[in-house]
Amino acid sequence: MSFKKVTTGNHAVSYAVWSSRVQVISAYPITPQTQIVELLSEIVAEGQLDAIFINVESEHSAMAACIGAAATGARAFTATSAQGLALMHEMLHWAAGARLPIVLANVNRAMAPPWSVWTDQNDALAQRDTGWMQIYNESNQEVYDSVIIGYKVAEQVRLPFMTVLDAFVLSHTSEPVEILTQEEVDEFLPPREFDPKFYSIDLNDPRGYGLLTMPSDYYEFRYKVQIAHEKALEVYKREVELFAEIFGRKYGVFEEFMLDDADYVLVTSATLTSDAKYAVKKLREKGIKIGVLKMRLFRPFPFEDIRRVLGDRKKVAVIDRNIGFGHHGIFYQEIKSALYPLEKRPPVFGYIIGIGGRDVTPADIEDIVDDMLKREEMTEIIWKGVRL
Amino acid sequence: MSEKKTRRIWDVPDDELLHHGHTACQGCGGALSMRLALKALGENTVITIPACCWTIIAGGFPGHALKVPVFHTAFETAAIVATGIKGGLNMTGRKEVISMAWAGDGGTFDIGIQALSGAAERGEDIIYVVYDNEAYMNTGIQRSGATPVGAWTTTTPYKRPNPRPKKNLMEIMAAHRIPYAATATPAFPEDLIRKFRKAKALAGKGLRFIHILSPCPPGWKMASDYSIHVARLAVESRVFPLYEIEDGGKSYTINYWPKGIPVEDYLKIQGRFRHLFRPGGEKWLEAFKQDIEDKWNTLVQKHIATHGTTDNIPRGFYK
Ligand SMILES: Cc1ncc(C[n+]2csc(CCOP(=O)(O)OP(=O)(O)O)c2C)c(N)n1
Ligand SMILES: [Mg+2]
Repeated sequence: MSFKKVTTGNHAVSYAVWSSRVQVISAYPITPQTQIVELLSEIVAEGQLDAIFINVESEHSAMAACIGAAATGARAFTATSAQGLALMHEMLHWAAGARLPIVLANVNRAMAPPWSVWTDQNDALAQRDTGWMQIYNESNQEVYDSVIIGYKVAEQVRLPFMTVLDAFVLSHTSEPVEILTQEEVDEFLPPREFDPKFYSIDLNDPRGYGLLTMPSDYYEFRYKVQIAHEKALEVYKREVELFAEIFGRKYGVFEEFMLDDADYVLVTSATLTSDAKYAVKKLREKGIKIGVLKMRLFRPFPFEDIRRVLGDRKKVAVIDRNIGFGHHGIFYQEIKSALYPLEKRPPVFGYIIGIGGRDVTPADIEDIVDDMLKREEMTEIIWKGVRL
Repeated sequence: MSEKKTRRIWDVPDDELLHHGHTACQGCGGALSMRLALKALGENTVITIPACCWTIIAGGFPGHALKVPVFHTAFETAAIVATGIKGGLNMTGRKEVISMAWAGDGGTFDIGIQALSGAAERGEDIIYVVYDNEAYMNTGIQRSGATPVGAWTTTTPYKRPNPRPKKNLMEIMAAHRIPYAATATPAFPEDLIRKFRKAKALAGKGLRFIHILSPCPPGWKMASDYSIHVARLAVESRVFPLYEIEDGGKSYTINYWPKGIPVEDYLKIQGRFRHLFRPGGEKWLEAFKQDIEDKWNTLVQKHIATHGTTDNIPRGFYK
């Protein structure tokens, strides 16, 4: 039987990696991710998980080690944050281009300079176009489940999968998490077996992988990555259904909170969603018909679902804990572009908040709603709480 | 029919694991070396190749000129991808397979040295080979940390040739206390093959490192049929001695006592050293010779420290 454990987001990742019977782990320490790999080292050293742990000298090598391991057909895992993820950038492209189902846990941390270890989303969102799937989490339970679901989806569509959790707010905060037994996980995610159809390195069928490809062929390789993402959306939806059937926890491409009759919608992601939910409950008491759409799956992007759920609303506010410099909040850009094909579409307001781990409270969210309700003209970027 | 009696003078497998259809230049030392290396290692080998000439040599999509799997990877990652592959092979029931990184000097002395150092220090179970053509040849002959002092490249033009001596990578590797480091060239194929066999036999003991001097006719500015010749001159002039470092960097063995021919014989047939023999070139020639002499003397001392004598060094391979 599964059991509840009070655990941090970081350790929830480690337990999920154990549950997923990962075979090769390679990682490098960085605050606030470090505990993920510390616990995993222990789990491997104790022989609880039959895996190889490669203690590399950099994140670039951590990703490269996972690439080598995954190329042979082994299940591989790494975790990082901010500078580490940025250092991996070249190899993130490699993992996706080589179609390797690696899972990476990124603890969202603000990029330097100036140095910061606190949360915002620019590190992960800067990897948007590498070909990785990305999912954002609100709770430690979501974090745990996302790793297992991540492998299940990744291995079917042969794309790498990044699960993202906020620095400290999740990584170092304890919450009860239901940890599944090995039999339960195995039922959903069987141990990885060598399967020649994945084109893993096979001594009986020697091939060249990633070799020089002329313009006459390269284009199609890229096209297929895109097709894999489109397929991944379906596969993800199917797998979260199955996950819900077995374990009773239902995840969608996003989560809808008090949306049924909502005229106004706050689009959020990750932990500030909890503040938004709290604020929305209070605003509902005041008679404001408002709800929350919490983004989970960022890549592949669920365009159709977004259009279906947001198309008819009076106003939408997107709350971004990130900034696409020289443009707007990154979720804002994406939501707005998703709505563009609709003939009738709501005005979308873009709020930036909580950069570099500045605290976000329910009162901040109520202010945002007040501001949005007052605005006549659609406004694309509003810096909430910036000191001038 | 009379039975034809052949006496094999060397023990080299007939198997060819590098096929026709590869796209190396004529006389490419890297291609010659790979052919010999695979004869020693056999089919149960997976190769990791970072960005270098070998990215091209192995063949463009959908071709593949080797009879073993090759994983192409980013420039600085040969050692670590080979490590990851070894881990994956072990975890998927293929422990007996050799994982070999095969990189150029740029990918080894320069951009890849961090991952190589990490893998060496941790004792990863891989064979790491650098085929050293003493410059970035793939991108058109730019200097690397392996370029000799005084040499011309496109980024160290004749008027301002490479200012400092070639990095002594063998010593750097020895300092990592790895079980085996050896030098080789395709001009001494038996020696090269023996070293790959040794590296193979040391599976499970840590990273085994082989440094191959790999002549490059276009990059060294010489005729393509000079490749073997120039590699032999490199050994005979002590520019590139053949030796092994064993027992975790503790014991040194020179495998062949060079004839000690003039260094000029080696330099003069290569256009990249042409300016050394023109007015103003003397100081570069001197610097080159000094570097070679220093390295040779240190090496001989280390051989003596191990063996007590130089008398045990073979004066010729073929008796
Ligand atoms: C990160 C990165 N920087 C630069 C390059 C461009 N590049 C490709 S091969 C190469 C030179 C390789 O030199 P070397 O390792 O000596 O191998 P060779 O081409 O001489 O065989 C360079 C600079 C690259 N592929 N990746
Ligand atoms: Mg080179």
